[in-house]
Amino acid sequence: MNAIIFSAIWGLLMMFSGIFIRAKAAIRNLAIAGVALLLLLNLAEMSHMSIFHINVRNMLVFDSFGLLFNTVAFGATLIYLLLSAKDIDDVGVNQAEYFALIFFVLCGVGIASSFNTLLMLFLGIEIISIPLYILTGSDKKNLKSNEASLKYFLMGSFSTGIMLMGIALIYGASGSFAVANMAKIANGFVPVMMAGLLLLLISMSFKVSAAPFHFWTPDVYDGAPTVFTAFMATIVKAAVFVAFVRLFDAAYGPSLYQWRLTIAFIIAATLFIGNITAVFQQSVKRMLAYSSIAQAGFMFFALFGYNEYAKEGIIIYAAAYSLATIGIFAILIKMKDYTFDGYNGLAKQQPLLAATNTIFLLSLAGIPATAGFFAKYYMLIAAVKNGAYLWLVIFAVLCAAVSAYYYFRVIQAMYFKEGNGQAKEVSPTFKIILVLLAGLVILLGLFPQLLTTHLYF
Amino acid sequence: MIAVLLILIPLIGGLALFAVKNESSAKGVALFTGIAVLVVSLLGLTVMNSAANLNYNTPWLGSLNSNFHVGLDGMGQLLCLLTAVSFPLIFIATWNNTYKDGNRFYALMLLSQAGLMGVFVAMDALLFYFFWELALIPVYFLSSIWGGEKRIAATFKFFVYTFVGSLIMLVGIIYIYFQAQQSFDMQAWYHLKINPGTQNWLFWLLFIAFAIKMPVWPFHTWQPDAYEQSPTAVTMVLSGIMVKMGVFAVLRWLAPVLPDGTYLWGDTVSLLCLTGMIYASLIAIRQDDLKRLIAYSSIAHMGLMCLAIFASDKSGLQGVMVQMFSHGINIIGLWIVANAIETKFGTRKLSELGGLAQKDPALAILLVVVALANIALPLTNGFVGEFLMFNGVFSSGVTRYGVLDTAVAGICIILAAVYTLNMIKKIFYGDSNALTQSGRPTAFPVLVSLAVIAVLIFITGVYPKPMLQLTTDTVDAILKYMKTSI
Repeated sequence: MNAIIFSAIWGLLMMFSGIFIRAKAAIRNLAIAGVALLLLLNLAEMSHMSIFHINVRNMLVFDSFGLLFNTVAFGATLIYLLLSAKDIDDVGVNQAEYFALIFFVLCGVGIASSFNTLLMLFLGIEIISIPLYILTGSDKKNLKSNEASLKYFLMGSFSTGIMLMGIALIYGASGSFAVANMAKIANGFVPVMMAGLLLLLISMSFKVSAAPFHFWTPDVYDGAPTVFTAFMATIVKAAVFVAFVRLFDAAYGPSLYQWRLTIAFIIAATLFIGNITAVFQQSVKRMLAYSSIAQAGFMFFALFGYNEYAKEGIIIYAAAYSLATIGIFAILIKMKDYTFDGYNGLAKQQPLLAATNTIFLLSLAGIPATAGFFAKYYMLIAAVKNGAYLWLVIFAVLCAAVSAYYYFRVIQAMYFKEGNGQAKEVSPTFKIILVLLAGLVILLGLFPQLLTTHLYF
Repeated sequence: MIAVLLILIPLIGGLALFAVKNESSAKGVALFTGIAVLVVSLLGLTVMNSAANLNYNTPWLGSLNSNFHVGLDGMGQLLCLLTAVSFPLIFIATWNNTYKDGNRFYALMLLSQAGLMGVFVAMDALLFYFFWELALIPVYFLSSIWGGEKRIAATFKFFVYTFVGSLIMLVGIIYIYFQAQQSFDMQAWYHLKINPGTQNWLFWLLFIAFAIKMPVWPFHTWQPDAYEQSPTAVTMVLSGIMVKMGVFAVLRWLAPVLPDGTYLWGDTVSLLCLTGMIYASLIAIRQDDLKRLIAYSSIAHMGLMCLAIFASDKSGLQGVMVQMFSHGINIIGLWIVANAIETKFGTRKLSELGGLAQKDPALAILLVVVALANIALPLTNGFVGEFLMFNGVFSSGVTRYGVLDTAVAGICIILAAVYTLNMIKKIFYGDSNALTQSGRPTAFPVLVSLAVIAVLIFITGVYPKPMLQLTTDTVDAILKYMKTSI
């Protein structure tokens, strides 16, 4: 509760700060302070210190899973702002509004991670989506940004419509928006219910950019200003996944065997399309867009697994994936040339950027001693525990091997190829935070239980 | 504690080296760290060889039930000793090589040593997997940064091959983990009784990774390119120690855990090994490039070790143990000579060399010793291992083709003599040409390291008993679990 209310209030505050405060640095620091406070308040709620006591009529539940994810999301946002807040200033003139929109997204994240009725799920997803449409188009003079924004808005509205239809059908079948009631009906075979669940599945798959509903992702991620792509591809995506896991646990889980083949198909298609297409990209930014599709395929195993490993796994995955991708994007923003060749010889010019970037890329590829390894490991273990569908697991690891190809292309460019990959000037604080972030990635790669144990308090 | 130190010393040394900017002091630090590891390893063999000193166990990942469990049994001792001996030797032998950003080169070398040690001491399957992958990353960087002209493609091929193998192995490990009531502990795995139908396919999930590492034909194609393109010091690590990871892993994590699978596929794997041995030997005969020749000879030798494992016979397994150590030492010796020749003359082509024996008798004598050990002449260490392995394959109780296998493998020994002696002839005898006339005398560090290797070759060749005693318990234990299937 703390997070939802506080982020909404701070978002409004940020909006008005644009009027009263002239100094850009002050606004930036206000935003960073806001996220830090948000993180603290959420941590306080995790240890049962809630400030706001509002009767939510059981429409929201604040359990350890949702709160832990909030911590991950807010922590990642804090790191993201520390690294890239300066670059947000450079996007356009409405600096304060960008920060305000980010806070509104975080409010949506808070709702999506704790919904207990479909109504709240819908609200959460929409509160996340609408600011993103604006942020995508925030580079107003850039045609690509405009195109991306419009595309995102049209496709997004379409999937929202599908979601509403699904919710309506489910309401018709169960007579309630409560997730708990869905499970009872879903157990038997009620055609209206099944149709509703299918529509809901499709719209959620759209939001997490799972194949075959992924077509918007590369264009939107590529067209949006890179700072906002970093935010969209990491924290937002993970939040929608967490909402998906919650929904699945309650509504689909009891009748999982009916859905398993569908999910298996989505996983296989997402992994295949994401990984294979990423191989052929020339721009690192676009490669990261496809890589985010590929990573979504792995995150889908959390739905497929539906056991205690899956919940731990999605938290680890959200953290590992968000932290590494934020780091890679933060470095990408500093690059003069976004193609793979633009990274040639970066290790000589900027050894520290190259070294930390390597750690992030290794983490995304799932090499041991980085957080990404345990992320993938938990997903595999969740899937293997169910016994069946071992072919899918083997297919997934083969796709993970393919992913090494495009992540390592960046490493090869930085270290092994000759060239003068140029990066813009970076401040010492930026470097320090990058090193800390890399340290965090390695720490989680050695002791993932630092994060997962909080699920059980 | 010894096992922890074996990982920790090179790890700390390696990380510290990133901060040492001066190259010559970096060399010194690396050599010092390598010798420290050797001392610890020898202490573990002699004075401090009680179980309490060797083993260490502490919880690591609570919810996954994985422990940081490291320890040394006979086989682990032997391979750790090999690793500990090899690195100082490599550092000495390549003392005069200079590298750009030398401190990073030595740092990554030490990190790879830490990873290798971890593989050999891990008693927990997840930990084993962890180190298995970690050992690869520094080597990948070493080869890609300091390698030859086609290094990027060659080392990436190597990386992708092994990465695919290890990911498939990871699925196998997870599957066995659930069969073992969610335990990664080695002893728990040994006491598993997985039904033979499952073992039948589970075997391949693990074996592919190990086969790629060894490498067994037809998974070997990464190897000649990687050996050729890597800087010589890294090639020594790859061929001397890293490929032993495959043999070691079969003995520790495959044969005792999946005895039925090992038994069922024994003849198939033997066929692959024999094909690979003949194939590699024939190619080696036709090779003109010294590095590639040694690379193919290594495939043939590894094939014999793999063959002997699947014969599951006591003498055969003993032979594998001895040969793992001997082959590691011998092939490093061969690479040292190759490196010396390349730095002197700037070529590795046999056809361009000749008549070196008169010019450089010391190098010639030492190479002949190493080469004879490579073709398993009696009194050298190669003989002990290969004789025991042949004995094991011949009297194997698990296959009906023991005699046939021995005969075919025997042909490969003859072929090995052909290409090795041919190599000696072309390099050292015959007429010298303008190029070989020009060479300077061989550098002192190279001769020292080769002399050490020659001494080791004779000691273990004449008196292999301590080595056999060291590993006999491990061999018995492995065989006990392997025999449960028959």
